[in-house]
Amino acid sequence: MAQAPALPAGFELPLEPRHPRTRSVSIDQVAVEERAGSLAKRSIKRESKVFALELAVRMTDLTTLEGADTPGKVAALASKAIRPDPSDAAVPSVAAVCIYPNLVPTAVERLRGSDVKVASVATAFPSGQSPLEAKLEEVRWVVEHGADEVDMVIDRGAFLAGRYAKVYDEIVRVKEACGGAHLKVILETGELGTYDNVRRASLLAMAAGGDFIKTSTGKLSSAATLPVALVMLEAIRDVYEETGRRVGFKPAGGIRSAKQAVQHLVLVHETLGVDWLTPDLYRFGASSLLNDILMQLRKEKTGRYQSPDYFTID
Amino acid sequence: MTELERKQDRAPIPAGWEYATAPESREIVELRERYGHFVGGEWLEPKESYATIDPSSEEPLAEVGQATEEEVGLAVSAAREAFEDGWSKLPGSERAKYLFRIARILQERSREFAVLESLNGGKPIRESRDVDLPLSAAHFFYYAGWADKLEYAFPNRQPEPLGVAGQIIPWNFPLLMLAWKIAPALAAGNTVVLKPAETTPLSALLFCDVLRQAELPAGVVNIVTGDGRAGAALVKGEVDKVAFTGSTEVGKAIQRELAGTGKKLTLELGGKAANVIFDDAALDQAVEGIVNGIYFNQGHVCCAGSRLLVQESIYEPVISKLKRRLATLRVGDPLDKNTDVGAINSRAQLEKIEELVRSGEEEGAEIYQPPCRLPEKGYWFVPTVFTNVAQSYRISQEEIFGPVLSVLTFRTPDEAVEKANNTPYGLSAGVWTEKGSRILSMAQKLRAGVIWANTYNRFDPGSPFGGYKESGFGREGGLHGLEPYLKFE
Amino acid sequence: MTRLPIRKTYKLFIGGEFPRSESGRTYEAEGQNVALASRKDVRDAVRAARAAFGKWAAMTAYNRGQVLYRIAEMMEARRAEFADLCSGPKEVERSIDRVVWYAGWADKLAQVLGSSNPVAGPYFNFTVPEPTGVVGILAPGEPALAGLVSRIAPAIVGGNAAVVVASESHPLAAVELAEVLATADVPGGVVNILTGRGEELAPVLAGHMDVNALDVSGADGQVPELERLAAENVKRVVHGAPDDQSPWEIAGFLELKTVWHPIGV
Repeated sequence: MAQAPALPAGFELPLEPRHPRTRSVSIDQVAVEERAGSLAKRSIKRESKVFALELAVRMTDLTTLEGADTPGKVAALASKAIRPDPSDAAVPSVAAVCIYPNLVPTAVERLRGSDVKVASVATAFPSGQSPLEAKLEEVRWVVEHGADEVDMVIDRGAFLAGRYAKVYDEIVRVKEACGGAHLKVILETGELGTYDNVRRASLLAMAAGGDFIKTSTGKLSSAATLPVALVMLEAIRDVYEETGRRVGFKPAGGIRSAKQAVQHLVLVHETLGVDWLTPDLYRFGASSLLNDILMQLRKEKTGRYQSPDYFTID
Repeated sequence: MTELERKQDRAPIPAGWEYATAPESREIVELRERYGHFVGGEWLEPKESYATIDPSSEEPLAEVGQATEEEVGLAVSAAREAFEDGWSKLPGSERAKYLFRIARILQERSREFAVLESLNGGKPIRESRDVDLPLSAAHFFYYAGWADKLEYAFPNRQPEPLGVAGQIIPWNFPLLMLAWKIAPALAAGNTVVLKPAETTPLSALLFCDVLRQAELPAGVVNIVTGDGRAGAALVKGEVDKVAFTGSTEVGKAIQRELAGTGKKLTLELGGKAANVIFDDAALDQAVEGIVNGIYFNQGHVCCAGSRLLVQESIYEPVISKLKRRLATLRVGDPLDKNTDVGAINSRAQLEKIEELVRSGEEEGAEIYQPPCRLPEKGYWFVPTVFTNVAQSYRISQEEIFGPVLSVLTFRTPDEAVEKANNTPYGLSAGVWTEKGSRILSMAQKLRAGVIWANTYNRFDPGSPFGGYKESGFGREGGLHGLEPYLKFE
Repeated sequence: MTRLPIRKTYKLFIGGEFPRSESGRTYEAEGQNVALASRKDVRDAVRAARAAFGKWAAMTAYNRGQVLYRIAEMMEARRAEFADLCSGPKEVERSIDRVVWYAGWADKLAQVLGSSNPVAGPYFNFTVPEPTGVVGILAPGEPALAGLVSRIAPAIVGGNAAVVVASESHPLAAVELAEVLATADVPGGVVNILTGRGEELAPVLAGHMDVNALDVSGADGQVPELERLAAENVKRVVHGAPDDQSPWEIAGFLELKTVWHPIGV
């Protein structure tokens, strides 16, 4: 009796119902924007606000990513990272500084002995438009020179062309090259076009082994909006519920005010719960945010609205 | 590191994040100790009165009148006089201006009314501030624009006002229901006597101050307060039209009462809406829609999505996400800006909900309620989900009008339609699927007056609202909302 | 001693601001020096209108209606000033009431002009009105205020942005209206008002390739030439009623879009 030929390779049918939560990438835009808007209306006052702001400081990746960065600039940033408010030792250190590869040695030197981590961008940040070998070399270099954390970018060109396997593969290789350093995968959500794609990219990055998924490079104007954050947090939650694996989240770009930071924390709190309210699983990528948080903290303590004159830039 | 840096605080992160209370101030509302009835532009001292309370604390707020048959009669006469004396002869464009004024004043005094609505009714301030008030003002603004354009709404039909409308509204959206009734009636050239619900008279009474500020001619709008007896008196009065929103039971009684009288009638009654989730729905947004469908306004919504019909193939993730989501609902002080679910409107309603929930457990459904700390005083009910529910259970059939969801399953679209339509009600339904053709197919087959696809509980003054079958007849909102208030030569 | 009043400078209204004509010219009208707009001002005004159109059209109809009502509120506050610049208080009242009338149409157009169409097949088919884009308006010479308002309101209530050439002989009412628009929450660029010579400006507007419709109510003898120029990019040419109101005046500046979608499980 003749036998039917086997299915050609590449034509795999999902025959078992697996992971119902992570199967679908459909997101309703209107509903997700409404939900994010509704959470943004939470009124966080007094002691709950101070709690959130102090937590936000602890979870900040204090960032400078400019072509003009110098060792001097980074050294000053590192001081600010350790003691954000020189007049108030109760204000905690931030989680990490986030810099370009060339500045890693300076940062490592300056932060030695503190709890503040050194996070370096790599993989031809921000565009990612370089050969994989060059990107991997960059990752190995920063890890060798002492970076604790690596923030990589995905290849958006490949992603938007539907070449998901290439995107996936690159993340896997970068994770290998990281060794013991933890890996954040930047999706650059502002370029992805739809919330569906944000979810798809999030799931892909988590499947490939990312320790954190991150919204943006901060180099585009539309970055870490609340709806985008919500979509990514829900993807993290679905992966956790299906596999037990906890992946962290870092919104970056466009978060300038303490109010926005608190809104982001409300989102995490009501989506993932208190387990994620720790620098091990949550970071803010920011630069000017820190001073706005410090001004708000001082306002809560003194009752007066503050002026930027009283807070050092670095 | 320097010496100073070594001294930097390294305290461990505390677990848990409690939101501090964020109360909206009550001071913006000035309550009088006693209110009378608003008749012919004046305050009438009531013969009988009762106390209206804050259901979240059982604290009495004010004394209001229990209108007698005689007092209702005075209101109807005042409306009749105002109609014949001037209102019906006023050009539409001038009627429009009064309605525009009312809309603008409501916008200006929005916060004041929102606080009062939450205080007297129990709904969260976030809802009264962000939903009830904007929609109420928008309703007046929308119908203002029709007042001088009736010939375009009904070309070739010569529309004329009916005369005096008697309007009876419920306690779940007191001011919004008032706007839904008064705006089209006035735009069409009628005058009205409106009776707010027994438990929520205060926003209607404060509305009389808006009428004073708008300089609306005396008698065009009259407000009488009281319980069902006052409503019955109004129905029997010399009105040309009755508009009623409330329970199906009372609606039927009114329909019986009006039989043979020639008075026009519209009814907006109860519902037991099915919220249908297909396996290709955008899951998290669908869960949000379910939650909004039944827990918005504590479930005190005639079009609430009280029956969840979930496709079997995604039952587990939906229920699991739903239960998780319930745990983040904040039940408490209606005036706290962070409250999601407020107080149940009255002791009577609370007892009704409790009775039906007990029946659910007795009939064999499985109950889930998230852990919830409820305040000591006041009327509260924890958001509840019943799974393992059969169509025949009382919790599937009867309108609970509370934060209680019954979950049933289905396998195919046809089965979903069958189950959804298998009820004497037909007010609303929800459909969740990412497939466009399926949305339209379901919309075509569901026997309900309002179909929400990939959303729920959306209202707009331009969108006609009303039911099929025992959910009532007539539509409110849109061009179609004018028709019940007009006669055509 | 009598106090010397501070005289107003009568400028153009483009993109929500009051620039002088780029040509630096003025002319005397109604006893005042009024900006004399040039072809480059027309160019700038169209650019501003195009930039404003997207957001104005994307606002909810309810919001647009409220903005028009606010225009009426601001006009009411200036009744005395307007009365001096047109035939008198009756014309002012008529103009204000007209704006209110049109304001009420914003959220009703779709119900009156649109439809759900019962096609022969398992399809849901509906038609919605949409704004055409940038509308060039040649305002009627008379009545100075009511004519202006009767052409601007129907154009913008449906979501269009407008470039208006004011009455050459009675431009001051138009400048007063511009001041009202600037204070009535109308986004900059939704209405642009140019004062100057109709003969000079109308052909530029009529021939502009980025203008979607042309209202020739105030064109007088030029109409055939303007219609010919308008043909170059297939403009919708509207012969509006100079002092009347109707939803069909609005419809003249609207497109109709019909959508099909299958109905099936």
